[in-house]
Amino acid sequence: MTQADPTYFNEMLNGSDVRAAYESLERWQAAMPADLRSLKQHEAEQLFRRVGITFAVYGEGGDPERLIPFDMFPRVFTAEEWRKLDRGIRQRAAALNAFLADVYDRGEILRAGRIPEHLVTHNEAFEKAVVGMRPSRNVWSHIVGIDLVRTGRDQFYVLEDNCRTPSGVSYMLQNREIMMRMFPQLFLENRIAPVDGYAAALKRTLVSVAPPKCDGTPNVVILTPGQFNSAYYEHSFLADLMGVELVEGQDLFVDGDFVWMKTTEGPQKVDVIYRRIDDAFLDPLCFRSDSMLGVPGLMNVYRSGGVSICSAPGAGVADDKAIYTFVPEMVRFYLGEAPVLENVPTWQCAKPDQCKYVIENLAELVVKEVHGSGGYGMLVGPKADKSQLEAFRAKIEARPENYIAQPTLALSTVPTFVDEGVAPRHVDLRPYCLVGEKIELVPGGLTRVALNEGSLVVNSSQGGGVKDTWVLAE
Amino acid sequence: MLSRTASHLYWMARYIERAETTARLMQVGARNALLPDIGGGYRNDWEAILQASGSLEPFREKYGETKQRNLETFLFFDEENPASVRSCLARARENARVVRTALTSQTWDAMNSTFQELNQLHRTERSKLSLTDLAEWTSNACALARGSIEATQLRNDGFHFMGLGFTLERADNTARLLDVKYYVLLPSLTYVGSGLDQTQWVTLLRSMSAHRAFQWTYRGEITAARIAHFLILNRQFPRSLLTAVQGTCDNLDHLARGYQNPSEAQSAARRILAELAEARVEDIFDEGLHEFLTRFMRQNAGIAGIVQDTYLTGEPA
Repeated sequence: MTQADPTYFNEMLNGSDVRAAYESLERWQAAMPADLRSLKQHEAEQLFRRVGITFAVYGEGGDPERLIPFDMFPRVFTAEEWRKLDRGIRQRAAALNAFLADVYDRGEILRAGRIPEHLVTHNEAFEKAVVGMRPSRNVWSHIVGIDLVRTGRDQFYVLEDNCRTPSGVSYMLQNREIMMRMFPQLFLENRIAPVDGYAAALKRTLVSVAPPKCDGTPNVVILTPGQFNSAYYEHSFLADLMGVELVEGQDLFVDGDFVWMKTTEGPQKVDVIYRRIDDAFLDPLCFRSDSMLGVPGLMNVYRSGGVSICSAPGAGVADDKAIYTFVPEMVRFYLGEAPVLENVPTWQCAKPDQCKYVIENLAELVVKEVHGSGGYGMLVGPKADKSQLEAFRAKIEARPENYIAQPTLALSTVPTFVDEGVAPRHVDLRPYCLVGEKIELVPGGLTRVALNEGSLVVNSSQGGGVKDTWVLAE
Repeated sequence: MLSRTASHLYWMARYIERAETTARLMQVGARNALLPDIGGGYRNDWEAILQASGSLEPFREKYGETKQRNLETFLFFDEENPASVRSCLARARENARVVRTALTSQTWDAMNSTFQELNQLHRTERSKLSLTDLAEWTSNACALARGSIEATQLRNDGFHFMGLGFTLERADNTARLLDVKYYVLLPSLTYVGSGLDQTQWVTLLRSMSAHRAFQWTYRGEITAARIAHFLILNRQFPRSLLTAVQGTCDNLDHLARGYQNPSEAQSAARRILAELAEARVEDIFDEGLHEFLTRFMRQNAGIAGIVQDTYLTGEPA
């Protein structure tokens, strides 16, 4: 690892020079003998298993409780880099919330013609049941996870927004805990901003959106689908850190104007529900009638201000693929500011001039179906052969409105431990922004890393791992 | 505390205790099988053992003959047998997993590593595992769980729900073990005091890890009356009915104090305690040991029922 591949932005190396932020890490890894490294790697795995931060995969055979591979080489942001991200993330979270408050109210942004109305009102995630609602403090998405990739020193792109119940924050916290435990020296040599304020900030946020009918200290709970959910450990982990009850639908019931939980001392009123279940399952009387996970009558209590639900039902419309394109527009419209973070440039084949560009540059682009998901019906230009390109060209010409195209992003790389030593691997980043009375963001996030050489896919199901993410203190 | 959380803690403890009892039953059975029978050949007490764990019928359906190898499989590994060590420990761990937030990491560790070891044992070739090793492993695993709870858990309501699980299950299990011995293995009172009876009683004491404790306490001949006294009325023996009921009372008192709300379960438990505190072995033998034990198990289950209704459903009291 002496010379960076110029095709991708290398976060540690500038040519053959080590960037200042990584200097002590370079010394650290160079001084670490291979046997110590594998010992530490083993120790980290043991720690993960023992604290139980696994994710559950049922019905696929094999060990149902799996570990996401943890890479010990941290990813580092300088204070200056983070300042810009911090500003951009908060801005985006504020705009997304303003958008939600607007589209379930007067829909000014639609009237102004900035976003085509049918994209919102005909969207599957648009929840008619909450039109006209005004949740506490008019906050709709209380935990916003914004997925970012980096392609250059100052170039970050937002891949997608997660306004419902973004997961993974337990890894952000545990990765740090484990690094501090295994390599305390690193934390003495580098001044690293702590992330362990997250749980307190989350609790503050949830308490701050208690419903109008709540007098006294708000009773906050986390609502989980149960132990068979893949993120169950995260749910119990957060409940434990915040000191709140982790409840399932069966623990709650509606009586009169309130929601109650069943306790050993009888029913106890619940004021704020941080739900980790989807809208459709919240209330069988309002949404899916076959839901066993929710609480019958919950939505009535919610509408009459007896309980707060975080995120608010209906928040999903803001993180829809079709809406994503317009988030920079939201920032300008609601906040009157220039967007700090950019979207990935997207060409709409529905527009003739853009379609022409796509056809002409097909070999360099990623083409997606507008309503597709999970990588189906997708063309990755640089990896396709001639006949595939031809076939896709025909498809696009036949139904241009069905396709969008984006450049293949050259994701940045971070040094990562591999069998042969240390090698660059591609990464992304998900920070978790909290929106309540205030907007709060802990300095850090979850870095996912594509562990296979050359791979750009960071998903844990396809060989992805996680890293501790450092933000250097000012 | 959530009623569901309390319920998981309570059942976690019950399953730990139950696993240990099954392991003890295995040991009794294995030892008895080595003893010569009065009518020639060797004794076969396995049916009695299975009856005590309430699983004679399912065993017959699945395996037919009571061969030792089958019995070991059935009592230790068989997941279809709800009383097998594996079933009990898996359920205990499952209950623990759901309420991770209510357990210290040491307690969770104990439950979890036990489960991992159990899977390891399951994969081990059977000829390499002796029954004694399996039984010992189980006692160690249960001791580890108990020790972690005792040493690290907060003394809050959750702790006392676990305590209740242990004491209620233990009272039931001791009564069952005793009942097997008396009711099934010794159908007629005329056997009492015979040489054969002696070895059987000793086996019973061994199964409770109480053989030496008994000797220390009574320093004399092993008689039916003394053993009954030891297992039912002795305040020093940790598995005696009286000690178990005392534990139940203590846990219920702690809960009532914490919640500032006395419970019906308290009075029910105190009634049994008062009866045992007054009782003499002669009274019990007069009533009939089997009759006494049956009545006791019913009363003990009664307390469990009230605990369920009062604390574990979350309905307004």
